[in-house]
Amino acid sequence: MSEAGVAIELRDIVKRFPGVIANDGVDLTVRQGTIHAIIGENGAGKSTLMKTLYGAHQPDEGTVRVKGELQQFHSPRDAIAVGIGMVFQHFQLADNLTVWENVILGDEPGPWWRLASRDARSELKELSDRYGLDVDPDALVADLGVGEKQRVEILKVLYRGAEIIILDEPTAVLVPQEVDELFESLDELTSGLGEATERGATVIFISHKLDEVLKYADGITVIRAGKTVAEIDDPSAVSAHELAELMVGSDLPSPETRESTVTTDVALDIRNLTVTIDDLVRVEDVSLTVHRGEVVGIAGVEGNGQSELVEAILGLDPIASGVIELFGTDITKASTHARRDAGIGYIPEDRQKDGMVLSLDLWENCALGHQWQAPYGDGRWIDRAGALERTQEIIRGFDVRTPSADVPALTLSGGNQQKLIVGREMTSDPKVLIAAHPTRGIDVGAQAAIWEVIREARAKGLGVLLISADLEELIGLSDTLHVMFDGRINATLDPAEATPQILGTYMTGSTANASNGAGGAHGAHGG
Amino acid sequence: MSIDPDPAPTGPLVDEEAIAEPARWYQGRNLTILITLIAIVVVSVARIIADADRLTSSSTVGTGLRLAIPIALAGIGGLYAERSGTVNIGLEGMMTLGTVMAGWAGWHWGPWAAMIAGIIGGVAGGLLMSLATTTFGVNHIIAGFAINIIGPGVARFLANVWFTTPEAAAAGGSITSSPRVDGNLQLFSLPVFSDQQDLLGDLEKKGWFLLSDLAGVLRGLTADIRTDTLIAVILIVATGYIVWRTPFGLRLRSAGEKPGAAESLGVSVAMMRHVGLAISGGFAGLGGAVLVFAGANQYQQGQVAGRGFLGLASLVFGNWMPAGVAAGAAVFGYAQGVAISLDSGISVRGLILAAAIGLTLLAIRAAARRRWNEMSLEVAVAVLAFIAYAAVDEVNRQFVFVTPYVVTLIVVTVFAQRLRPPAAEGIPYFKGQSL
Amino acid sequence: MAEATANERVVDRLVKRLGPNVVAPLLAGIVAILASSVSLLAGGHNPIRAFAEIGNVLWSVESLVLILNRGAWYYVAGVAVAIGFKMGLFNIGADGQYRLGALFAAYLGAKADLPPVLHVPYVIVVAVLVGGMWAAIPGLLKVTRGVNEVISTIMLNFVATGLTAWLLGNYFRFDDGSLISATKRIPVSARLPNLDRIFETFGADLPRTVDLQGYIFVAVLVGIGYYILLFRSRFGFELRVSGLNPAAAKSSGVNPKRMVLTTIILSGAVAGLIGIGPLLSDPQHFRYSDQFPLTLGFTGLSLALLGRNHPVGIAFAAIVWHAIERGTQPLTQKGFPQEIGQILQGAFLLTAVIVFEVMQRRAQREAIREAATKAAIRTEEPEEVTA
Repeated sequence: MSEAGVAIELRDIVKRFPGVIANDGVDLTVRQGTIHAIIGENGAGKSTLMKTLYGAHQPDEGTVRVKGELQQFHSPRDAIAVGIGMVFQHFQLADNLTVWENVILGDEPGPWWRLASRDARSELKELSDRYGLDVDPDALVADLGVGEKQRVEILKVLYRGAEIIILDEPTAVLVPQEVDELFESLDELTSGLGEATERGATVIFISHKLDEVLKYADGITVIRAGKTVAEIDDPSAVSAHELAELMVGSDLPSPETRESTVTTDVALDIRNLTVTIDDLVRVEDVSLTVHRGEVVGIAGVEGNGQSELVEAILGLDPIASGVIELFGTDITKASTHARRDAGIGYIPEDRQKDGMVLSLDLWENCALGHQWQAPYGDGRWIDRAGALERTQEIIRGFDVRTPSADVPALTLSGGNQQKLIVGREMTSDPKVLIAAHPTRGIDVGAQAAIWEVIREARAKGLGVLLISADLEELIGLSDTLHVMFDGRINATLDPAEATPQILGTYMTGSTANASNGAGGAHGAHGG
Repeated sequence: MSIDPDPAPTGPLVDEEAIAEPARWYQGRNLTILITLIAIVVVSVARIIADADRLTSSSTVGTGLRLAIPIALAGIGGLYAERSGTVNIGLEGMMTLGTVMAGWAGWHWGPWAAMIAGIIGGVAGGLLMSLATTTFGVNHIIAGFAINIIGPGVARFLANVWFTTPEAAAAGGSITSSPRVDGNLQLFSLPVFSDQQDLLGDLEKKGWFLLSDLAGVLRGLTADIRTDTLIAVILIVATGYIVWRTPFGLRLRSAGEKPGAAESLGVSVAMMRHVGLAISGGFAGLGGAVLVFAGANQYQQGQVAGRGFLGLASLVFGNWMPAGVAAGAAVFGYAQGVAISLDSGISVRGLILAAAIGLTLLAIRAAARRRWNEMSLEVAVAVLAFIAYAAVDEVNRQFVFVTPYVVTLIVVTVFAQRLRPPAAEGIPYFKGQSL
Repeated sequence: MAEATANERVVDRLVKRLGPNVVAPLLAGIVAILASSVSLLAGGHNPIRAFAEIGNVLWSVESLVLILNRGAWYYVAGVAVAIGFKMGLFNIGADGQYRLGALFAAYLGAKADLPPVLHVPYVIVVAVLVGGMWAAIPGLLKVTRGVNEVISTIMLNFVATGLTAWLLGNYFRFDDGSLISATKRIPVSARLPNLDRIFETFGADLPRTVDLQGYIFVAVLVGIGYYILLFRSRFGFELRVSGLNPAAAKSSGVNPKRMVLTTIILSGAVAGLIGIGPLLSDPQHFRYSDQFPLTLGFTGLSLALLGRNHPVGIAFAAIVWHAIERGTQPLTQKGFPQEIGQILQGAFLLTAVIVFEVMQRRAQREAIREAATKAAIRTEEPEEVTA
């Protein structure tokens, strides 16, 4: 399969953004005709590197060579011209246009005064037949499933004659069968682009899922903290565990052995919860219990119903069926306001979208979600002085770096914004905390601080539902671990026995009923 | 071609196919004809019951057509802007710029110069708006609103400068109106049927059910058609081709649907939006120029009188499709034509009956398709219309004036879930935003 | 030393906060004057003389009073629209709301026979209720059917025009033999007293031709109420959050539908107050007629934009707006086109809107960059940067 030629060679790539070094000397070598994986944690600099390669921005230092030739890309157009194509993680497709319209856009066949739609369709048909990328050219993109949309994106790239195809986290949104189909097609591509080119295409994909990397990649580059830490030519020579260590660094935070604070008081009880959005079942028959003093972790590949579960608990979206109880009180039909008033704290997964208002001052952001409670107000009026005082407390207690409490939130860095949110939720004495990705995209120091806060609160009897993509965080903090897949809980584990590898297996759909967590009996819902 | 300038006189007749699959507006041809025919049947039933003979007379239809043209042009103008992603509330102001330019150029150089000057005035307005929305990312509603303040302001200023000179005053100009434009646009009639022998005219006078109505409508559409009307119809048809069948059209629509997709494939979203708004202004300006020839062949202050907003309404009514815009403009123009016809009170009462019958038919269809929400809304409005019909002998002119707006409100309310505006409409886009 | 830096910081912050709000109107004013000067030159007029003339007109007590009188109407219109803007609602319908409110208030107010303490509030309540109810229509359409309020309020303005003409022509008309279609005049018991005494206490005599209208008092109250509501109450907090970030508002317990409905009704209710000015305080009116001031709602839109929806900003905007109108009004008699006023207004509005947008964007970018730099100094791990 592997050819001798080198398709892509990046050397010492440095890319700085204001205040951040996203890539700090990255090397990447990709052989022609292979499927090459780039792996690393969130924030390691993978996407930044790929954007450099696609010409979406220019590197500050380092060289880009394509098929041995030095290149300088000023825009994606330059990259397209030398045969590089990119499939973005968030599809760039117009829903209201047909498949063929989306594919030919910007590179239309026919004269300026007429779209040669018949030519376009037949060319598309040919391409999709050849590589097993089955899509109806006349379908409206809005009617397509995720897998089909991805195939359209790949067709777009192929239509432009790309020989080097970059896919940014292509499997994040796919179900396992679709993943298999995708890589079958990619295999097809690398083994030969028909008669037109003698050698096959080259595929580069970004991932942080170890199993699929080991299964499908011909070569692997591991990136950590903006640097290349390993280049592996023969994936069969490494194990998943070795890869995980490379990704996270040698100092893997080992799961904590600490005293359990779990009580038998049920704080949050969810029974048979089903959420349907636009006729699609997003959460299916989920039951789980959070006790006082317990951290219940939810692992899962993003898009498997975690966000919808959180929104259902907060009452942000209507649910199809099921019961949600808070300390024995049925809150299934309660408003979001009533739920938060009853003591549900919330750290949203997207802090800038759901958690704060960037243009408002810090004290106003602290009041957000508690604006009717002391010290922020009395239900009718806002108590500015009280809010300012509490905000000062949060700034001190949670080490938020800011000149004062009355500057807009957008002047804070991401980590400080997150500390502010955690601070406002914890100082409001929640009874149950719903924490979605509480440490995503923030620096190590802030991360450790937030973990410590959660542990302390747990010791004082707080019940926590923790949703995270960071498996170490889940294993380290949780008393009970559930794995969500396709809207269901398909495994329940004891974190003491869980490893990222085991979790990874369940996250891809294997079902099991592992040992129960310290919290007691939880019915696991196997498929 | 499904563009049918027939006034479809009942309420919210929207091309069903077009709503379901907006990318395939051209497939609804047969349906459009069918809907038009049903509409005529409904109106002729209403004509007989309500004894409102002018409802389908060729003069009413002819007037309606002439009134529909500026609205349709504004609506098509809106289509270019909104398909490229810019909400265009500024049509009214752009039309006003068109009227003053047309009045001035027409006075100096005749009708054709008036048309071209009207277009230029509108394009200027469109580009000014695009400077704010596309280049600087100002909210589209705000910028459009500003154009609606600036357009009439500039128009009045220009009128003061141009039409109060001694020379202009001698030719009949004043602060509020331009001198008359000499020379008229040519009139056409369909030979044999609507001209000399006038077969349709004879048939119309018989007063037969349906046949005479049909004849009246056809004669109204084929007798004494002005050149500008012809040009407008051609432009509307051409729009369908340009926006859906050319590479330019595809790029234009992509900028309005998913600018990120366009940019990632090397299409300049900004360029598409500038061009979209420029064309939009051009159409609106042409609509303004046509208005100059609608009455006394001169620019008059306040001449536009909400037609830009009616154009916008026809765009929403027509689900952002050229055929739909034409249908919307036809409905609005026809309603206005009825309103200014003789015996308007009786005619409008007949129109209300027609609307009630039409809505009942729509409700039956909705029931057959188990769309209960839609059905109940339609039944409710139909009942109101029947009550209104039964309660009054003659309808007040003020109500006729509001008909187009009420119809649009009903359409957006009943069909809200099925209308499909361009997905990225109204959202400022900056280069590199999505890469 | 430390005190000095603290002071500097306060000044610095003040400049940063006020910056766009002061710089943008100034810049816009310059552009507007340039644009109108160019227009005047192109029309063969001397712009310097024209502006001198405008200055002449404005430099009088009479002008001041007239500007305050009309500015008060404008101010209330601006606030009505700003309430909607603050939560991202475009209430283009303020125009129809105030006209309908004024018509009903005029008709019912003239019919009623009440003592002044009750009569004035009665008329005001009618106007506010009708305005709010008319605004509830687009609100309900939006929350139940998802109808965009821009479209529905534009349509409803025209419907209101037809409706008022019909009601006035057929039911509310008071036949006093004149050709003007109008309601009966509001009785003295419902009129707001004028405020000429305020001037007199300062020793300045008002020209006999003008009165300082009592409605100014209403406008001031509206402004104070708006400020307190917006910046001191929980409702105002939730309203602002909803406008700036609807998703965050929702997850902090705000019911978005109820918020939309409440806000647009409140906006319509305040719009109902606009017509109270001419109705109860302007001797030229005291009734609803076909000469009742039109398009005040649209003026309100301009003023809300110029004043950045801020209670103080709108006040400045209202005064400048009518000063332009007042100053250019007599120009025609002096041989200048008075329409230059509209060019001034239009250019002022468009430039201000653009400059606000650009400055805000730049300020935001700078703040983010600053934050990132600060973070980098503390050797933060690289964040995933999505350019």
